Amino acid sequence: MADSPGGSGWATEIRDGDLVLILSRDWTEASFNAAELEATQALLAQGTWKSIRFDSTGIGSWGSSLLAFLSSLRGVARLRHVRFDDSGLPAPARQLIQLIPEDVPPMNTPQRHVGVIARLGESVLDAWTEVLSTTALLGQVLLRTYAGLHGRARMRMTDLLQCLTEAGVAALPVVALVNVLVGGIMAFVGAIELRRFGADVYIANLVGVAEVREMAPIMTAIVMSGRTGSAYAAEIATMQGTEELDALRAIGIAVEDYLVLPRVIALSFMMPLLNLYAAAIGILGGFCIAIVMLHISAQTFLEQIGDAVSITEVMLGIVKSIVFGAWIAIAGCRIGLRAGRSSSDVGHAATTASVAGIVGVIVLDAIFALCANSLNI
Amino acid sequence: MTDQRASPKIRVRNLSVGYGEEPVQKAVSFDVKAGSIFAIMGASGTGKSTILRAMIGLLRPTAGDICFDDVNYWSLSAAKREEGGRRFGMLFQGGALWSSMSAAANVALPLQMFTKLNAASIDALVQVKLSLVGLDSGRDSMPSTLSGGMRQRVGLARALSLDPEILFLDEPSAGLDPISAKRFDDLICELRDGFGVTVVMVSHELQSLFGICDDGVFLDAKTKTAIGHGAPQALRDHCTDPTVHAFMTRTIPGAKTAPAPGATDGAR
Repeated sequence: MADSPGGSGWATEIRDGDLVLILSRDWTEASFNAAELEATQALLAQGTWKSIRFDSTGIGSWGSSLLAFLSSLRGVARLRHVRFDDSGLPAPARQLIQLIPEDVPPMNTPQRHVGVIARLGESVLDAWTEVLSTTALLGQVLLRTYAGLHGRARMRMTDLLQCLTEAGVAALPVVALVNVLVGGIMAFVGAIELRRFGADVYIANLVGVAEVREMAPIMTAIVMSGRTGSAYAAEIATMQGTEELDALRAIGIAVEDYLVLPRVIALSFMMPLLNLYAAAIGILGGFCIAIVMLHISAQTFLEQIGDAVSITEVMLGIVKSIVFGAWIAIAGCRIGLRAGRSSSDVGHAATTASVAGIVGVIVLDAIFALCANSLNI
Repeated sequence: MTDQRASPKIRVRNLSVGYGEEPVQKAVSFDVKAGSIFAIMGASGTGKSTILRAMIGLLRPTAGDICFDDVNYWSLSAAKREEGGRRFGMLFQGGALWSSMSAAANVALPLQMFTKLNAASIDALVQVKLSLVGLDSGRDSMPSTLSGGMRQRVGLARALSLDPEILFLDEPSAGLDPISAKRFDDLICELRDGFGVTVVMVSHELQSLFGICDDGVFLDAKTKTAIGHGAPQALRDHCTDPTVHAFMTRTIPGAKTAPAPGATDGAR
């Protein structure tokens, strides 16, 4: 059967003014070709017949591809007012074809075409809505923190403690690794330049000031954004998909209290501590390089650091990291809350949160730099 | 569509399944005839779905054999098993649709992965499958926007996408309203009659069991093995085992009749 020329699997005959399709071969999915559906149209256009009949005595095994062929043929026959006589078909096929509605709507819905200007406008509007809702979430968190101070927020202490551990102790190794390397690299690069001026000693000032003011807060924020901000977004987005958020809302637990508040508090509280730790580790990295490569004595290095780093600069670093922490947590939670319900939405939320966290932190840092400059800090 | 009633489509012998040390079910044996609708019955947590997982290749049995057309499935290499698995269609509980794809894309994916058909042919086949399961609208909707019944239908269309020989259904009518459940049962019968597929379903919905199943096995949680073989209706009418009888007649084991309000089992 399968060797019928052309492989189309059917031939035609005209009997008593009716068109008869003689079906042969196996109608398997693998050999299906939608182009054959077009051929049926051409076939019925050739002449006028009262009805279309079938001869399926030679058919092999068949499946959905035969049904696709038949249902297309039936549609064309209906349009041309040719009677579709299915009595010659195998009985099971007759039964299945009756399950398929006659007027199957076309699958391909036309794509909506949107102009460049409209798309630009849409994205600006979207961005503006996003700014508004993020601000609203920030406001809500502030209000709820205030309520929480009076013991009125529906947040559990265990959740807060878990968030604190997750954003604090658990992050120590990776923060240490990143900062010791950054401190070392800075000392290393600085050493080459400073040695040319015989200003080796000032490597301590370079490492100390840069770590305390800029590098420790920024590097810690970047690590925490990739590590914790995206985790918040992914977790909340998953809860969205499994209707866990709806379950919380349904029993009257505000998601802002229960999920967002502990995370924002935990990260805003832990970031300054991590920042101090990171600065110390970064200076240690620079210290090692200075001693090993530049042969500066440990005492000189420490004295220089003491002179260079003022308490104002330490405070600036701490204030920055509180703001960075709050931003990363709020961005992560907000992105998780507005995520869709599918699995790819979770991945998208995690990526977006991590990128939004890092970009936001750098923008905030630039604002801090401008302010610090005008205040002569 | 040859008649293969002489040798069973699926033969399960002394099957034990479990996670870790403790078996969930042991020494389970049954035959599934080609073209039948076979029920794996039992209370919740007796390991019905675990046996189904072993049959479709998701969980290696701890002992025993599962043969499809006299080929021992778990003695095949992983690659051969995977290849053989394309002859199976599986409808998971609740549909288990891929949530980031539209209904039509869910049905199209197996065709795109395992056939060399062009896009137009795949579209035409997807359309046929979705029409067969009665999904006339919502083909481009995402799974999260579909109702439970529609998700179940899309899941069935996906299970049918490669024209399987054996269709496995895990709790097909769970969570459906009575009318949808009845329609779904009828659909399974029609597809069985039409395509001649063999259906293995896990269920504890009595009405579905009595309505469509012509053979089955009853699993027990206490003895951890099969305690009844036969069509659900035959088990209800003739099985003497008290657990099977209680399950099939919806009574509490040990009670002569359904307990009257306020009455207890005598354990005061």
